[in-house]
Amino acid sequence: MAHHEGAVLALTLNVLVAGCLAYVALLFLVAALAERRAARGGATLLRGPWVYTLSLSIYCTAWTFYGAVGYAARSGLEFMTIYLGPTLVFVGWWWFLRKLVRIGRAERVTSIADMVSSRYGKSTFIAVLVTILAVLGTTPYIALQLQSVTTSFAVFAAPETAAEDLRGLPLWIAAGLALFTILFGTRRLDANERHDGIVSAIAVEAVVKLIALLAVGIFVVWTLNGGVRDVGAAIAASPVADWSATPGRWAGLIFVSGAAIICLPRMFQVLVVENSDERHLVTASWAFPLYLLAMCVFVVPIAVTGLRLLPAGANPDLFVLTLPLSQGENGLAMLAFLGGFSSATSMVIVASVALSTMLSNHVVMPAWLAFQGESRATISGDVRDVVLRARRVSILVVIAMAYLYYSATGGTRALASIGLISFVGMAQVLPALGFGLFWKGATRTGAVAGLLVGFAFWAWTMLLPVFDGAGSLNGLLTEGPWGVGWLRPEQMFGLSGDPLVSALLVSLGLNTFAFCLVSLLTQPAPMEQLQAPRFVDAFDREASPVARSSRAGAEELLIMAQRILGATEAQALFAEQAERQGRAGELPEVTPHLIDQLERVLAGSVGAATANAMVTGITGSAAVSVEDLMAVADETAQIMEYSARLEAQQKEVRRTARELKEANEKLTALGVQKDAFLSQVSHELRTPMTSIRAFSEILESGDLSPEESARYAGIIQDESKRLTRLLDDLLDLSVLENGQVVLNLETVELGAILDRAVTASTSQAGVGLTIHRDRGGEAVSISTDPDRLAQVFINLITNAAKYCEVDDPALTIRVGVQDGLVLIDFVDNGAGIPARSRGLIFEKFARLSDQAAAGSAGLGLAICREVMHRLGGTIDYLAGQPGAAFRVRVPLSEARARAAE
Amino acid sequence: MEPRPTAAATEAQKRAWRRDRLRDGARLLPFLGVGLVMIPDLVLSGTSAAEGATLPWLVYLFAVWLLLVGLAAWIGHLRARSASDGSEDGAP
Repeated sequence: MAHHEGAVLALTLNVLVAGCLAYVALLFLVAALAERRAARGGATLLRGPWVYTLSLSIYCTAWTFYGAVGYAARSGLEFMTIYLGPTLVFVGWWWFLRKLVRIGRAERVTSIADMVSSRYGKSTFIAVLVTILAVLGTTPYIALQLQSVTTSFAVFAAPETAAEDLRGLPLWIAAGLALFTILFGTRRLDANERHDGIVSAIAVEAVVKLIALLAVGIFVVWTLNGGVRDVGAAIAASPVADWSATPGRWAGLIFVSGAAIICLPRMFQVLVVENSDERHLVTASWAFPLYLLAMCVFVVPIAVTGLRLLPAGANPDLFVLTLPLSQGENGLAMLAFLGGFSSATSMVIVASVALSTMLSNHVVMPAWLAFQGESRATISGDVRDVVLRARRVSILVVIAMAYLYYSATGGTRALASIGLISFVGMAQVLPALGFGLFWKGATRTGAVAGLLVGFAFWAWTMLLPVFDGAGSLNGLLTEGPWGVGWLRPEQMFGLSGDPLVSALLVSLGLNTFAFCLVSLLTQPAPMEQLQAPRFVDAFDREASPVARSSRAGAEELLIMAQRILGATEAQALFAEQAERQGRAGELPEVTPHLIDQLERVLAGSVGAATANAMVTGITGSAAVSVEDLMAVADETAQIMEYSARLEAQQKEVRRTARELKEANEKLTALGVQKDAFLSQVSHELRTPMTSIRAFSEILESGDLSPEESARYAGIIQDESKRLTRLLDDLLDLSVLENGQVVLNLETVELGAILDRAVTASTSQAGVGLTIHRDRGGEAVSISTDPDRLAQVFINLITNAAKYCEVDDPALTIRVGVQDGLVLIDFVDNGAGIPARSRGLIFEKFARLSDQAAAGSAGLGLAICREVMHRLGGTIDYLAGQPGAAFRVRVPLSEARARAAE
Repeated sequence: MEPRPTAAATEAQKRAWRRDRLRDGARLLPFLGVGLVMIPDLVLSGTSAAEGATLPWLVYLFAVWLLLVGLAAWIGHLRARSASDGSEDGAP
């Protein structure tokens, strides 16, 4: 029986290796086809939201595939925290991921180290720091994947062959993964740092591992148990039926995993760097949590069934594999194995691409540039080769390190602990990254301080205990360094609760504290001040290019660009820029815009810090200094002030010119008026003078009857009177107009003045005017010069008597009070004044018809207007009445006015 | 006479209002999620209620999870629809 079982397993192992190789070949094929399609530009499906979402599934490594069941078998529901954290981050994509992806695309970020370094003034030091942290945190994790693949192989091997035959296996797996990664990860240096082949392959792997886990889950629930109800009973009866988390651990784990999905280098790679369209994030915001949910659905059923059916010593981390195998379901076991293999390989591939990008861009390239020294501008050879070679070597180094780590430790702890240590390690980047996106005051020094503090405490509290058992460490862990108890790594500061929660609190808390404190105390460098708004205000405005000048010509820049981008792409870029400048077919001019564009494109290949160093090296325009900015600002301010002064002067000149023009017009008008006035006065004087002269000549001739003499003398007298009246009026008007008039203001009753005016104007013979008065309204006291006001009233009443040409002329005088003014309306029952003439009647010598006989010089209303003006009132023609109507407004007496208010 | 907004203007205003509310919904969703997901820790950790809690709370957590996925998908769908209504994208 034992022999027979061994044969089946051995056969399975052979089939397994064959299946595995076939699967790998399929992945190579998928990747190669995707690359070819992308090269032909048909990458729409490859770059859709679904492939994007599936590529995010590298979050689910072998730790998830095998480890989640193990985790659930040990701690019950706690395993779900690892998936709930990312779920919350994705559901809340609007807050953080949206901005992260926008900035990542706008700034052509190549890795998380590049992102943080760009934010803090393209600092190489920060980039190196984050890279080291990433390498330290990720290498053990890659080792873990190698271990899981090896262990899962071992499950299929016959017990006696395990140790010897499988020794070489991890090396082969590592070599295969390195080959795949180098082939598809460093095929070319893409300005967008996207890898269509790799993304397609991991999307396929994502589907495989989901199907595998779901298949095992369905098998467990409906075949090994009797369906959902029985599984419920099995859970309730299992060793993990109780909630086992200590307070704070649940929240702490959710936080850590939420931070990890943002900060893990491989997650950043697929989430930000490989993102081809921001809108894909909207789909991923719900589809990725759904994927995680599907990965979790059967974890607890598999765990409790494994605990129940498999022997007590069985490794729960391998239940996914051993459960189908123990039931003789070799096909399902094979599928499960491929699922685990997919989880492990996709993680290793993307993680090593991400790490190699960081290593080559932030460690190798700066070192190489520094080594080249002053001769930067005349670099010989193709820089692309250097970059690609650096990447390939970095991939080999990363995977070799992971292999060595695996060989050295031989798998010391359960899978989950390494995963969590790696998570907390990368979470140390979160304060620098998170605050950097939302707080302009965050400085480079603060970021360095936070990273160093967090890194140190993480290494002390979490990394060190991993090496438990390595002789010299034992005393350190139990008694603390130099016997100082409160410095013991696992009980830092005497925190005796959950080791993970206290390590998280200590490292991330002190990290954040140091970061904020130092940021508050330090000044950002000019380059940081320029970069901060590009990140913090990513949605508010387009980042403006930094104004820079260049010593280098376009040709030199093109040569440099060709070395990094390749001849075709560099020439295309320059041609496009030239076209933008309207110089198609020539080299573009070296504008700040061109330099900025070039640096951005280069940054996509070699990282922001390196690109900045290269462009600066060749253009000679060192990244702006404060002095430069100040100089530019000063110059601008001076120009602005000068132009403001010019503008003010111009305005002044224009105003003066306008005033002069107005004055001139007024003078001209006055001149015309004066001429007209003189000619009118002459005319008015001449008419009576002519008749006086004519009649006096007749009288002089002598031969007249006494009646005739008397009549002519009468005429002469009348005309003389008229002349006198005219001269009186003129004099009066001139006095009024010059303001020389002396007013005798008294408080009198309006009625009294009206009585006087009516009596004076109707006493003459032949005045048949009926006057209707409003005695009640007239009982109002006004403050005025009664003689002058009476003069106005007399004029109005006389006018009515003269010009009202009806059989039974009548004048109505109405009185009203409005807004502190007394309104006196004089309305007759005549024909009124035609609308077109109403504007003229108050002018001097304005007579509407030749009614000189009526004994008026046409100055009456002009005088009235002047008088009313002096008295603080007005006189207007009142339209809309049956006959001619005038409205006089006189101020109320002051006492009355106050009472009215 | 008061100028009356045209039907198109009213419609555009309504669309903009709806887009803003969708944005608010997307912003608020994670808070709902955090609140719901933290409940087991508050209710169970370190108390006697922890006994036999795995099964009911497993169901609870999956229900919360599905609810969040559903709401996120619904908001995403509505946003996509309002964006394709001919108005510009809601993103500020």
